[in-house]
Amino acid sequence: MEWSLSIAAGLSAAAIVCILFLLGFFCMPLLASGEILRIFSWTWQPFHGHFGILPMCAVSLLLSVAATSLAFPVAVGICCYANFLVPAGAGRLVLTLMHFMAGIPTVIYAFVSIFLLVPLVRDHLQCGTGFSFFTAMLTLSLLILPTMVLVFNAHLQQADPILRLAAEAAGMNPVQQVRHLLIPTASRGLVIAAVLGFGRAVGDTMVSLMLAGNAPQLPGSPFDSVRTLTAHIALVISTDSQSMAYQSVFASGLVLFFLLSTINLLIRRIGRRQGGAAS
Amino acid sequence: MNRPSDWIISTFCRLCTGATAAATLLLVGFLIVRGIGTLHTRLFFGETPWVQAVTGRQPIFEGIWPALCGTVLLVLLSAAVSIPIGTASGIYLSEYASRRTRSLLGFAVDVLAGTPSIVMGLFGFTLVLFLRRTLFPDARTGLSVAALCIALLILPYVIRTTQAALQAIPHSVRMIGPSLGFTRWQNVRHILVPSASRGILSGSILAIGRAAEDTAVILLTGAVARAGLPGSLWDKFEALPFHIYYLAAEHRTSLELDQAFGTSLVLLCLTGTLFMTASFIRRRLERRWSTK
Repeated sequence: MEWSLSIAAGLSAAAIVCILFLLGFFCMPLLASGEILRIFSWTWQPFHGHFGILPMCAVSLLLSVAATSLAFPVAVGICCYANFLVPAGAGRLVLTLMHFMAGIPTVIYAFVSIFLLVPLVRDHLQCGTGFSFFTAMLTLSLLILPTMVLVFNAHLQQADPILRLAAEAAGMNPVQQVRHLLIPTASRGLVIAAVLGFGRAVGDTMVSLMLAGNAPQLPGSPFDSVRTLTAHIALVISTDSQSMAYQSVFASGLVLFFLLSTINLLIRRIGRRQGGAAS
Repeated sequence: MNRPSDWIISTFCRLCTGATAAATLLLVGFLIVRGIGTLHTRLFFGETPWVQAVTGRQPIFEGIWPALCGTVLLVLLSAAVSIPIGTASGIYLSEYASRRTRSLLGFAVDVLAGTPSIVMGLFGFTLVLFLRRTLFPDARTGLSVAALCIALLILPYVIRTTQAALQAIPHSVRMIGPSLGFTRWQNVRHILVPSASRGILSGSILAIGRAAEDTAVILLTGAVARAGLPGSLWDKFEALPFHIYYLAAEHRTSLELDQAFGTSLVLLCLTGTLFMTASFIRRRLERRWSTK
């Protein structure tokens, strides 16, 4: 029986190699013909022979940074509220809400935003069609919020309860505990939550596909229509165009894969340093 | 709370929580208000009488029954692949792997967990292209490829929760087996896995919830708008999240839009139930070890 366990573990590890191999395999023709440089350029006009994916890469990063920086302070606020400012029962209620939010399908966030947020942006801010960077950013930040809260909260729970007792004994009020105890001791948890939220935002497809408008350009204002790397993959595959556009999709997939792997490496590095400091 | 900065911080925290709760309530409330009226047999089966539809004697043209069946099938298939493999990998990682192997395999699992679902879909797509060029010239996207990709997507959740559940077992329980002269495998089989079973169960339910909600993978691996019930594992299929996406983009009548709201409500109930069950089990579990 024991050998089957190691086979299963081997299979799980092999999956990641397979993904990398297949994406690389379909990128090879691009590398061999030297056309990879045409992929990494700034214009996407398939009918004029321009297949640049750099605008999509830039938008993916920009949108994720914007959504993360919007959601991060809110996530910290919610964590402080649930852990320090209210009785334990109410805090648990807040966390249950977060679990529930984490369980709402992505496609439903995007779907509801089409009917609640898009008309709001279109009619009240008087900006274009409402399918824009701004709309996608707001929805995306709501989407990654529960992930960040739950990750940060897990780090808070691991903190030594003695510290909390000591702070109480020193006569600190809840807000002082937040400022002098929570923020310094859980700073790594804060970084990990932010990076994980960022990764989730980069990898998300449905919100940007349904809300961002999908114009392959660099945005001039927050109310411009944009297209992310993930939405680009979905759009090109479903419209089934010429071979060069097709191959650009595999390159996009590889870029996403390496970006997310780097983020993971970063999280591991931070986590390990924390382990080293504790022991 | 005497200093103004204290007041600012606590007000900020309150505002954040209040705004988030309000946004969630608005989202769910809006769905319920728009969708509750559509929840009857018409939503599921259209004009076809339901007995005829469920037994497959008459095709369904309007309802979401095929999409519901597609999602359930997809979830069952991917769970059948990923839960055994994931649980076994988790046990291996926690109980058998050397420090070095654990770190290496752990990294692979983390990368797998971080892989965006669209890339997983792209993997399925390239897999079909690859098979077509090599072994099977008539391979095509469909239920089995989609289930495989979804299985890969949820595999890391199963592995990580299994591993975490095993590592949370207190040392005293962990030593019961060796003190009775159990071998390592007997200890795992009769003491450790049963003690961690609830954690493993909650992780599996969580993974099933993820499998049911994911849209990006099936977008690239064979979900279509009108497929009916899949006849075999190689057929194209319908699924609830894809149905919502499709109707949001392509609805022609307000009736179709109402159906989209109904579908969203059905999907939300499905995943909501799964996620709440998983978190309920996990909370019971935490209490179980902490009272000892």
